[in-house]
Amino acid sequence: MKLITAILKPSKLEDVKIALQEHGVAGMTVSEASGFGRQKGHTEVYRGAEYTVDLIPKVRLEVLSDDAEAAAVVEVIVKAASTGAIGDGKIWTTPVDQVVRVRTGERGPEAI
Amino acid sequence: MTDIALNSGDTAWMLASTALVLLMTPGLAFFYGGMVRTKSALNMMMMSFITIGIVSTLWVIYGFELAFGYKADSPWYGNLSFSGLGGMVNDLTNNGGIYPIPVLVFAAFQLMFAIITPALISGAIADRTKFTAWAVFVAIWSTIVYFPVAHWVFAFGNKVGDTVTGAGFLASKGLEDFAGGTAVHVNAGAAALALAIILGKRVGWRKESMRPHSLPLVLLGSGLLWFGWFGFNAGSALAANGIAGLAILNTQVATAGALVGWLLVEKIRNGHATSLGAASGAVAGLVAITPACAFVAPWAAVVIGLFAGIFCALAVGLKYKFGFDDSLDVVGVHLIGGIWGSLAVGLFGTSVVNSVGVDGLFYGGGTALLTKQALGVGLVALYSFLVTLVLGFIIEKTIGFRVSKDNEVEGVDLSEHAETAYEMSSSSRGGLF
Repeated sequence: MKLITAILKPSKLEDVKIALQEHGVAGMTVSEASGFGRQKGHTEVYRGAEYTVDLIPKVRLEVLSDDAEAAAVVEVIVKAASTGAIGDGKIWTTPVDQVVRVRTGERGPEAI
Repeated sequence: MTDIALNSGDTAWMLASTALVLLMTPGLAFFYGGMVRTKSALNMMMMSFITIGIVSTLWVIYGFELAFGYKADSPWYGNLSFSGLGGMVNDLTNNGGIYPIPVLVFAAFQLMFAIITPALISGAIADRTKFTAWAVFVAIWSTIVYFPVAHWVFAFGNKVGDTVTGAGFLASKGLEDFAGGTAVHVNAGAAALALAIILGKRVGWRKESMRPHSLPLVLLGSGLLWFGWFGFNAGSALAANGIAGLAILNTQVATAGALVGWLLVEKIRNGHATSLGAASGAVAGLVAITPACAFVAPWAAVVIGLFAGIFCALAVGLKYKFGFDDSLDVVGVHLIGGIWGSLAVGLFGTSVVNSVGVDGLFYGGGTALLTKQALGVGLVALYSFLVTLVLGFIIEKTIGFRVSKDNEVEGVDLSEHAETAYEMSSSSRGGLF
C-alpha cells in the first residue's frame, strides 16, 4: 500500500478532488499547509516597511492507495493540478505498513 | 448665575458630540488592535478600554477641576480640589465667556478628550507592556500631564464682565488650537516617543515579520475614528452654529485629502496603494485638521490634509533611521500630523471664516500667529516628552513596565489577560476543568 501526498495550490483543490472522485478514489484527507519551493515567496509592504513572506499558503492532500493503483492516482492528480506555472506543487508516495479501518477493524487493502 | 438662558439646540448637539467622541476610543482600539499580531490583539484593545475606566473616574474626583477650575487663577493648572460636579447641575458653561450649555455637558464632553489622549500613546508600546504598569501610567500621566496641559490650551478662563480669571497660559497668549492639535495629538505623540525609548524594541524587531493581523479591523477602526471625530472637531464649537458647520466640513475634506496624499506617496514609492495606507492617511488628516478646523477655509483644509498625508507617510519611516520601536507610528502620525496642523493655522488661518480667528502668513498677518503656534507646539511637546520620560523611567525601575521575554514571545494576551483573541480550531483547547 502507498500513501500519496500532494502539495497543491489551494485554487486547484476542487479540480483535483473532482478528478479523484471520478477516478474512483473513495477518501482523502486535506489540510492547510504553508511552504515554498522554487516559487519562493512574495513581498508585502506595510507603511513603507517591506516584509518578505516566504511561506505561501498551500493545501496538503493525502490519499491511501493500493500498490497497483498508486501510479494512476498520481497521474490523475498531476493532470488536474497542473497549470504549467511555477508553484504548482509536488507529489510523492511513501510505502505504508498497515491500514486499519477503525469502525470494523478491517486491515490491509480491505481497509482503504 | 447669569441672565443667559440655556439653549436646547446647542445643548442637544453637545450631548450628541460627547457620545461621538467617546466612540473614538473603541474605534482607536480597533485601529490599533488590527495592526498588531494575533497574540496581542486583545491587550492592544484593552490598553484603550482601560483609559475609559481610569480617566472617567479621575475626572469626577479631581480631573475636571484640575483642568478647568478657575478659582486658583493659575495659568498652569486649575483648582487642586474635588470636582464637586454634583453642585453644578444648574450652571452654564463659562470658558472665556458664557456658553448656553450646562457645565456638566461641557465636563462630559471634555472628559472624552482626556480619555482618548492617553489611549493614543498605547500604540507606541504594543505587544510588550505590562497591563498594570500601563494602568498606573495612565492615572499618573493624566494627572500630571494631560489635565494641566488641557488647562494651558483649552481653559479660556472665567469671564465676568470684562474680567477673566484662571485662563491657561497658552490660551491667553493666543495659541489657536480649536480641538486639540497640541493638547491632544502633539501631547500624546511626544509622550509616545518617550515611552518607546523607555520600553525599548520588541523582541525580533526588524528581524521577524510583524505584519498587521487584521486590516479589516484597522479599516473599521479608522472609520469609527472618522465618524467620532465630527464630534471632536465640530463639537469643539460648543454650539450648533456656523463655526461647527465649518469645522465639520473642513474635517471631512482634510481627511479625504490626507487619504489621497498618503496613497500617492505609497503608489509612487512602493508601487501599490494599500488599505493600511488609506486608514493611516485618514487618521493623519483628522489629526492635522484638528487644531485648524474652525480657523481655515475649506480649500485650505484640503491642502492641509493632502500635505498631512504626504508628510506622515514619509515620517513613519523615521523610526527605522533613528532605531526606536514606535510600534504603530504614534510619533509619525500624531506628533508629526499635530505639529503640521498646528503650524498650518499660522499659515492658512483667516478671520474671514471665523471672526475670533487671526490672519496667518498667507492672509497678510505676517509671522505673529505662526510664532505663537510654534511656541505652543514646542512647549507642549517638550513638557510632555520630559515628564513622560521621567515617569516612564520611574515605573520601569519600580514595578517594571515591560513583560518578561518569554511572555512577550508567547503573547501578552495570554500573560496579561489569560485570554486569546481568536479560537481558530475546535480541537486545540481543553475542557472546562
